Amino acid sequence: MSTDTQAPAADQPDADETPEQKPSFMRLFGRYLTEANSVMVTIYSLLLAFFIGGILLIVSDEYVRSTYTYFFARPQDALSASWYLVRDSYIALFEGAILNLSTLERYSAGTAEFGDLLRPLSETLTYATPLIFTGLAVGLAFRAGLFNIGAQGQMIFGMLGALIVGFALDLPPVLHLPLAVIAGALAGAAFGAVPGVLKATTGAHEVISSIMLNNIAALFLVWAIGTEFLHSETKSDLITKPVDESAVMPKLLSSLGESLRVNWALIIGVAAAVFTWWLLSRSTFGFRIRAVGFNEHASATAGMRIGSTYTTTMAVAGGLAGLAGAALSLGVGSSGVTTNTALEYGFDGITVALLGRANPGGIVAAALLFGALKAGALSAQPDVPVDISTLLQAIIVLFIAAPALVKAILHLRTPRGGLVTLEAKGW
Amino acid sequence: MRLELKGLTKKFGSFTADDDIDLVVEPGQIHAVLGENGAGKSTLMNMLYGILTPTSGEILIDGEPVAFGGPGDAIAAGIGMVHQHFKLVGPFSVADNVQLGREHATAGVLSAKAARKAVLDVSEEYGLKLDPDAICEDLPVGVQQRVEIVKALSGPKTQLLILDEPTAVLTPAEITELLQIMRNLAAAGTSILFISHKLKEVQAVADTITVIRRGKVVAELEPTASEAEMASAMVGRAVTLQVDKSPAEPGEARLEVQDLTVVSDAGVKVVDGLGLTVRSGEIVGLAGVEGNGQTELARSILGLIKPDSGTIAIDGKDVHGTSPAARIHDGLGYIPEDRGRDGVISEFSVAENLVLNQYRNAPFSKRGAVNASAVRKQAADSIAEFDIRTQSPDEPVSSLSGGNAQKVIIAREFSRPRRFLVAAQPTRGVDVGATEFIHSRLVAERDTGTGVLLISSELDEIYALADRIAVIYNGRIVGEVAPDTPREVIGRLMVGADIAPVQEPAPVEDDAGESSTDEPSAAADDAAANDEEANGGDR
Ligand SMILES: Nc1ncnc2c1ncn2[C@@H]1O[C@H](COP(=O)(O)OP(=O)(O)OP(=O)(O)O)[C@@H](O)[C@H]1O
Ligand SMILES: [Mg+2]
Repeated sequence: MSTDTQAPAADQPDADETPEQKPSFMRLFGRYLTEANSVMVTIYSLLLAFFIGGILLIVSDEYVRSTYTYFFARPQDALSASWYLVRDSYIALFEGAILNLSTLERYSAGTAEFGDLLRPLSETLTYATPLIFTGLAVGLAFRAGLFNIGAQGQMIFGMLGALIVGFALDLPPVLHLPLAVIAGALAGAAFGAVPGVLKATTGAHEVISSIMLNNIAALFLVWAIGTEFLHSETKSDLITKPVDESAVMPKLLSSLGESLRVNWALIIGVAAAVFTWWLLSRSTFGFRIRAVGFNEHASATAGMRIGSTYTTTMAVAGGLAGLAGAALSLGVGSSGVTTNTALEYGFDGITVALLGRANPGGIVAAALLFGALKAGALSAQPDVPVDISTLLQAIIVLFIAAPALVKAILHLRTPRGGLVTLEAKGW
Repeated sequence: MRLELKGLTKKFGSFTADDDIDLVVEPGQIHAVLGENGAGKSTLMNMLYGILTPTSGEILIDGEPVAFGGPGDAIAAGIGMVHQHFKLVGPFSVADNVQLGREHATAGVLSAKAARKAVLDVSEEYGLKLDPDAICEDLPVGVQQRVEIVKALSGPKTQLLILDEPTAVLTPAEITELLQIMRNLAAAGTSILFISHKLKEVQAVADTITVIRRGKVVAELEPTASEAEMASAMVGRAVTLQVDKSPAEPGEARLEVQDLTVVSDAGVKVVDGLGLTVRSGEIVGLAGVEGNGQTELARSILGLIKPDSGTIAIDGKDVHGTSPAARIHDGLGYIPEDRGRDGVISEFSVAENLVLNQYRNAPFSKRGAVNASAVRKQAADSIAEFDIRTQSPDEPVSSLSGGNAQKVIIAREFSRPRRFLVAAQPTRGVDVGATEFIHSRLVAERDTGTGVLLISSELDEIYALADRIAVIYNGRIVGEVAPDTPREVIGRLMVGADIAPVQEPAPVEDDAGESSTDEPSAAADDAAANDEEANGGDR
């Protein structure tokens, strides 16, 4: 508390000496950079995470560790080994996520296609796509003061809904694909509404019921894949029938290369983000979501129905998570869905929403970042431990969730209006 | 403690809330600070208490300049503060709230016993009754305020007590008590800075008065100054403290409450067979000590509480089963007593708060979207009409002064068609100028035919406005009297002491079994209920 209030004092008298004169742009900018506002906290969190990630890389590498045993005899050994390890690891992540430098060389030499150059980016976007949806699913609920920890389960039901429509119906592509996508959204919405209804009618906390529903969904998936209706007719392992050709999510860049997996779900994801932005900041429903999220008493007094706001918000959030599932089951193409298809996208959506501060634009950016980390780490293994992506994500979110920590480490100033922390109410 | 402020200034961005304030508080002096809503009183006090850092200027304690890094420093320097807005931890008990920041602990283990004892000691010493084990958020606002006062007084060596509108939510008896406490404290050498919009209180206790307007000291007055002098110094123009109103012309019933019973979660009948009628074109003042069922009655009328039995008809229609939104839509206006909790969303902008209960109606909503330009226009109109002091319509309500936040609610309820209005403590924390304005609006409202139920714990307000006074006690109307009934009579009704000494045994009613819950007063209560029936006959 005391540090919070002292900080602004230091810079206010000088603002006062020259009240008429407007501070120069550079000064304002410099001031912005040293202030713990939400943008700068996010940027500093990223930098700090990469710094700490570097230390952990050094500590976990056997060879580099061995150079530290004779650190006092020849410190340059340890230091250069550390530097090269960290540098090479982060370059490898960069190459796997954005641009592979050796492919670039081959491309300029004429031995590689343009499509090969785009492959890392395509991978990043592919991993980012489900995260956009699940991030939005968590972020939207946040704004209503709800902690939607159940995106994983909602996504699993969305996946199944889209899959079933995808193989069971026989329709032309113009109808089949949209219908399958809608089925995924509806299945997710129905499953998402459950914790909302439970909260509205019985007061059951959505976190508890969502955690249970996640388990139900995960186990239901295992059982469902084994049923005759869903199970693959040609394979014996735990995999479903593939969706029909007419329901497969078309690839975006297939003309540039078959290995570019990024598909139309990305476009749907960006559209969903725009829709969510409109919903929250422009629509009357969003007005109600935000009102209830801030102060349910005043909202109720103004005639808003709290319970139905919870239910509808959770349903819309579930629908967004369901779209993530649809993107997955319709995106895997001919191979069918396994218990692994869903990965942890639903849970990662929580960290994406936090990093994006529950703003649709921020969520898309955060999803891209996490998609890049995932694509980079997968391509850089085994040279770089694959856990580095999870690790960086975890550290980033830790700092984002605790802006006071960033502020204290870097001695930032408190912004007008105080530190911004994201919180779900109702605990 | 001698406190001196020299040229204290506070800016929020380009806005100057306090401008070069000089002020001296002598030891043992009660120094009242008067000013309109948004004049900068709370900002000044928050600087004194270390919550805000002055932009420039000096604070001197006993001649020594001090710089507080936070309230901790201020407390250590012997300053205690009761804030205008409660700073209590809702789910904590009274004892825990009072010991917050100076916990009674041995080796890191909290001592619940010591904390309870500390509360009981202070509350006994100053005659402020409190149950140390009660959970704060369950307490009526008046009692929460008492917790705040006990908290401020139980500081290690409080020599300067800042009271920012401490009486706004207290009952008349509690106010008398508090003023006496203040006098005792001052006699014992404690300096007191006292902010209030109730000029009578200021006259009663203050040794000296400083008036600030728009952040500047504009006058120093003696306590002998008349209310009119104080008011005009604050507002900068003459203020009529009397409300002009013609006799009421009551028409058809706009609110009919019959046999209303509300049982709280704890199983207590908080509203107990209450009956009340408000007609069009009249203001019925509901007098009573806070916590006697007013809140639950108001919330039942809005539909936030489902009554356990009885009926409510608004505008001749039984509203059983209809939602608050439908009732609001049909013309029910509602000014809630707890504005921070129920009245505004402090994170929302002024403009958004002004349409909080109409955002779905035309013109504020257009095909599912909020019509930003209509909302902005409404905000501009309301801000001008109701003189809401805000830097812009997009400013969050949290940055408004208390009285201006109240004006936002008033503006919202008065800027849409209504048939019946529930106004609970409508001028709580509002300055004299704005009170005059709100009162005249309420009367004008009545004259257009709206029925008004005025719930107020302030008898002055009831007397100023009501055409008929109903007194509530223990969830019942214990008397309906004419507006010229003497204060003592109403005061006694309010505390459940019956006027007519009815000796005959209380008639056997359906509540025979329940009389055990409201213990000693049950007999007086029943008698009062008879009396109400007698009075109610001529309705
Ligand atoms: N944090 C803030 N940011 C911007 N403006 C503020 C802030 N706090 C207060 N203000 C503005 O400063 C002015 C003074 O507010 P203050 O709360 O001191 O008024 P007040 O005299 O206590 O009024 P009231 O009697 O209504 O409580 C108001 O116009 C208010 O809008
Ligand atoms: Mg104030």
